[in-house]
This record gives sequence, C-alpha cells and structure tokens, in this order.
Amino acid sequence: MAVLVAAVLVLLGGSLGYVLHAQQRGGGHRAVAADASFTLDGPGVYYRDAASGRVARRGGPADGPSCERFYAAGDRALCLRALPGTPARTEAVVYDRRFTVLRTVTVPGIPNRARVSASGQLLSWTTFAVGDSYAVSGFSTRTSILDLRTGYLVKSIETLPLTVDGARYHAADVNYWGVTFAADDNRFYATVSTGGRTHLVEGDLKAWSARTLRENVECPSLSPDGTRIAFKKKVSADPAAPWRLYVLDLADLREHPLAEPHSVDDQAAWLDDRTLAYALPAGEGGPGSDLWSVPADGTGAPTLLAPGASSPAAVLTPRG
Amino acid sequence: MYLATTGRGSDAPPRPTGVGRRVPGTVLALGAVSLVTDVSSEMVTAVLPLYLVLGLGLSPLQFGFLDGMFNGATALVRLLGGRLADRGDGRHKAVAGAGYLLSALSRLGLLLAGGAAGGIAAALAADRLGKGVRTAPRDAMISLSAPPEALGRAFGVHRAMDTTGALIGPLVAFAVLWATADAYDAVFVVSFATGLLGVLVLALFVPGRTGRPVPAPVPVPVPVPAPAPARVARPARPTARRALADPVFRRVVAAAALLGAATIGDSFLYLLLQRRLDLPPEYFPLLPLGAAACYLLLAVPAGRIADRTGRRTPFLYGHGALLAAYLVLLAPPGWATAGLVLVLLGVFYAATDGVLMALAGPVLPPERRAGGLAVLQTGQALARLVGAAGFGAAWTWWGARPALAVAALALAAGLAAAWRILPEGKTS
Repeated sequence: MAVLVAAVLVLLGGSLGYVLHAQQRGGGHRAVAADASFTLDGPGVYYRDAASGRVARRGGPADGPSCERFYAAGDRALCLRALPGTPARTEAVVYDRRFTVLRTVTVPGIPNRARVSASGQLLSWTTFAVGDSYAVSGFSTRTSILDLRTGYLVKSIETLPLTVDGARYHAADVNYWGVTFAADDNRFYATVSTGGRTHLVEGDLKAWSARTLRENVECPSLSPDGTRIAFKKKVSADPAAPWRLYVLDLADLREHPLAEPHSVDDQAAWLDDRTLAYALPAGEGGPGSDLWSVPADGTGAPTLLAPGASSPAAVLTPRG
Repeated sequence: MYLATTGRGSDAPPRPTGVGRRVPGTVLALGAVSLVTDVSSEMVTAVLPLYLVLGLGLSPLQFGFLDGMFNGATALVRLLGGRLADRGDGRHKAVAGAGYLLSALSRLGLLLAGGAAGGIAAALAADRLGKGVRTAPRDAMISLSAPPEALGRAFGVHRAMDTTGALIGPLVAFAVLWATADAYDAVFVVSFATGLLGVLVLALFVPGRTGRPVPAPVPVPVPVPAPAPARVARPARPTARRALADPVFRRVVAAAALLGAATIGDSFLYLLLQRRLDLPPEYFPLLPLGAAACYLLLAVPAGRIADRTGRRTPFLYGHGALLAAYLVLLAPPGWATAGLVLVLLGVFYAATDGVLMALAGPVLPPERRAGGLAVLQTGQALARLVGAAGFGAAWTWWGARPALAVAALALAAGLAAAWRILPEGKTS
C-alpha cells in the first residue's frame, strides 16, 4: 500500500508539474483580434502566418486576426478558428474590409476549408468532423454555406438532392467539402465523396440540387474568369503522397497536370487567371507549411511565395 | 463500497455464505485497473484527432490511415495474447500486465514522436497491440477468480468500472486542454502517468496465480487444480482449434457470431437517430455518452440477473432490446425516441457484453480459458465488422429505412436461430 501511495504521489505530482509547466509555456494560440491598422484595403496576397497564427498581407507584419483557415474576396473575409476543448468545435467569423465582425457561426469539427465568392456575398466553410463516422477509421466532413444577402445559413449541405452519373443518389456516407463559387453567386462547385470515390459536383443554390461532373476531383477552385477549375487529383495509393495539382478546362472537361511535383493537400487559390497558390508541408517534414505558386497552364516551375504560411487569398483593389 | 451493499438484495435466493455475496478482490482490482487504464486511453482518444489534424496539420486522409492501420491486426494479436496466457497459471497476469504497460508507454511514444508521422504510427501500433494482448487474459482472470455461479455479477462489476473510466477520460483531457490552452503534450503526460498507475495497481493488487474456485458445476471435467508442471511445459497446440473442438463452446461462438453479424454497429445507430430526429450535430457526441451511462448503471444488475436466471436468457433478451431499438427507430419519431433508443442500447450492452464472457467462461477448461475467450471475442468482433459493412452497403442500395427494416428482420432471424443454438453454459 505504501508503494502505491508513494507512486500515486510521484505520478500525480509529475503530471501536475508538467501541466503547470505547459500552462506557463502557453500551449496553443489564443484567439487574437486584428490590429486596427489591418484592413483588406491594400490589394495583395493575404495568408495565415504559421509562427503567430495570425493573418498577414504579403510583405507586411502579421497583424490580422488569428485563424486556422482564412480566405477573403469582395469586401468580406472569412476566418475559421478552432475553439478550445473537446469535442472539437469551429468558429466561423465573417469580417468586413476593416475586420469588424459581421457574423459568427459555431459548428462542430475541426477547421478544414474556407471560401468566399468573388462578390463577397456567399461564404462556405468545411469542418472535419470526428466521432460521428460509422466506418472504423473514416472521417466525415461538414460543409456550410452562408448567404449574406438573405442571412440564410445552410449548416450542412448534405441534404442537397444529389445526382450521380445522371441518377438520383442516396447513401449514408455522402460527404461534401471544398466549395468554390461561380461569379453569378448561385452556382458552385465542390467535392462529393461516397463509396470511397470522389467526384466534382456542380451545385445550384436556387434550384437546390447538385450533380456530379467528373470523378477523382478534390478541393476544386474556380478561376476568376470562370473557365477552369484547379483541383487535387488522387494519383497514388501511397498515403504519404496521394495527390497532384491539376487544372480542368470546363469547356471540354480536359485536364492537365501542373508543374508542381509534390503531393498537394490544399484547396489552391487563384492569384489571377494565370497563377495558382497553395500550401505545401514545410521542408524536412517539419510542422507547418510554406506557400508556393505555380503557373496554371502546366508550364514553368513552382516558386516559393512565403515561408511558414498557409491559406492564401488574393485580394483585389476595393470596388468603386 | 456500494458494490458490496448492492449484494444485499433480500429477494436474492439464499446462497452459500461467502459465495456470490461479495465480488472477489481480484475482480475489483482488475476493475480498478480497467478504470484507471480507460481514463488514460480515452483521454488520448478524445484529443488525438485534434492533435493530429490541428496540432500537426495532418490531412484527414492521413489521420484516417493512421487510425485505421492497426485495427485489423488487433484481432490476431488478441488470439496471440490468449494463447500466451494459457501457457501456465501465472501467465495471465504477466501477459495482461505487458499489454497494459505497452499501452501506457505508447503515450510516451506520442510525446517523443513530436510531429513525425512514423513515430506516431509506431506509438498507435503499440497502443493497439497492448489493447489486443491484454483483453483475453484479463477476462480469463475474472472468470477464474469468481465462483462460476457469481460470474455474471463479477463481469458486471468489471464492465461498470471499465465504463466509468471511459466516461471520466475525456473529461480529464478536456480539463487539461482547458488549463493549458491546448497543450496536447500535457494530455499525453497525464495519460502516461495514469496508465502507469493502472499497471501498478495490477502489479500490486492482482494475484499472480488466479485463485481458482472449487470446481463447482463446471460442465467439462476439470482436472483438480494441482499446478502440474508437466501440463504447463506441454507445447501449446493451436488454441482456436482445440477450443472449437468442444461442441458446447462451438455453439456459443456460433450464436455470438450469428447475432454479431446481425448488428449494424453503434455509429450507424447514432447516425440514424440523428437523421430521424434531425438532431443538431452539436449533440451528436452526447449520444454515445448516454448509452454508456445506461450501460454503466445496468451492468451490475444485469449480471446479477444473469447469475440467477442463467446467462442464456439475458444474452438473448439483450439482443431483443437491440431489436426493439431498431423498431423504435423505424416507428415515427416522437419526443421519447432518442432516450428510448439510448436506454435500449445500454440494456443491450449490459445484458450481453460481460454476460457472454460469464456464459462462455465455465464452458472452457481453466487451462484453455484465455485462448478460448480470445477466440470468442475475435469471432464476435469480426462478425460485427461484417454486419456493419453489410448495413452500410444496404443503406447505399436501398436507403436508410429499408436497410434498417432488413437489419431488424436479420436480427429477428438471428435471435430465433440463437435461441436454438445457444447452450445454457452452466448446465448444458
């Protein structure tokens, strides 16, 4: 018994000491608001700075809000922030150009993808939900769409009537992620996964329907001119490097690979009609990621855009 | 403790003094080990996805891969653990202890791995290995240390303590994350310390040689428990084949596997519940908690009933409760639907999980018990995997409601068949 008491004291004391140490050290990032000087007015590339966890404009300090995922377009910015504790929850915060909070929505899961339509009126985010998957090892995603014109929020688009290869489709394992909006603020593209396959899906918000266009397309990103979709294509069964970046021409549904030789697990962002930006794991398998860019036509070579960064978004000059 | 006082039910038929009234110390000690260990392991389970995806930036696919990588292997490891444990009387504790220790050390592995995926995979593998190895020897020790006529309650007490730990674990993890602003390493350290404590309780309070009960109404003739070294040294033959050669045990395994294949898996049940009631997803994590709480409350009473009526009846009625849960989900949803389904699921687990071990234990001779229980558990687990996969496919083909209706029919048919197959275990 004395052995047990002594052991309990040692183990308890050790644990407590470590917890206190971790408390002093400061574990993760606390939620930080943007500095007053930080706005979307300066056109350029915005991204999340890994070191501070805050949003920065390329070339400037990381004075933006702290976010796990970030995107901005039109006059709106979207920030996904993980809330502390379990079960995992994500706070999706909508900002205007001056980073005033317009709306906050809390959803279950871990931040995964964020997108804003070119006009800034439609926003979508995906969280990676754990604990509600029936498969032994599976995960599931939850994708929401928020329409700022009406204030209407679809918490999960899984109820979207889905047509796969021309036939109405029902399955328990339907998952959507990675929405990208068309310029008409009605149509959108996304990934739908079911039965172990992924499809590019075209959705229509007014008609409230979706149909698959093509298999093996994940995390689509529509070009500003609306003619092409950048996406990650699964090219290998190797879990260490499954994807390559491709661009699909919507006119003839022909695709071509980009010059990036590494596996990309990101929803690429168009910096303009010719250039894509995306995150790659930082060198030497270390934590965090670097931002790279590559020409969208398959030529050239990737160039380093910003080290220690993720969630790229190109913001244009303010509209009239 | 309240465990002892619950034994004073005046309606209980008179029993020989000292037998059946109190749960043996070994069972309580093993229950304490399971409780502490489950706090340790559920802490990690609760934060692992957060840590891997948010902390390390792994993609969901990589996480799924890491998480699922070793699930198939545990079935085989379990058989191995059972077989090793049967190689002599003292081996149960040694094999189970090695399993607990391996799982505790795996937390240290998570801590030391830093962000390296290979190190994390190795740590997770060690945890699964430990879990697989220890289960069968532990259940064999429980069944060997309690008198056969009180086995139901012994397993009930153990499972209740086990579930208590599983409910506490996520709370501790939450508290640590909250106190340290999401320092995952602190969770691993606390989990490691708790895991070591579990190993220590096992080492100090679980006797190395299981005090075998006087061979009471055990069906198979058991040699007088003289530890004969000659038997111990005998090269072990394949346990699975030998255990399955026994016709009574074969019928237990067949019934368990048959019913297992007719279950659709808890996650599907929760998913159906959520869809039918349109529950907000925020409440989703609470559903398993509700079922676990019912299981926790009912495990001991169900075990006692099993001891009184024989284990066959609760086991079959327990699956009847599961069937009732399917039917409730098929009926138009009402305000009581969620509560009813969770209670029925709790009843199902309380009346079947430990009860099956209590039923099968006495059928197996002590020197082959761990191996035999491993065969039974593995068979049931594999059958459930098949059942869940089949239900997933049926859902995709026919939609949720028709699939559930088919599952209910299958379970009813399975029950009818098991009614004929399943032996009493005690008397047969």
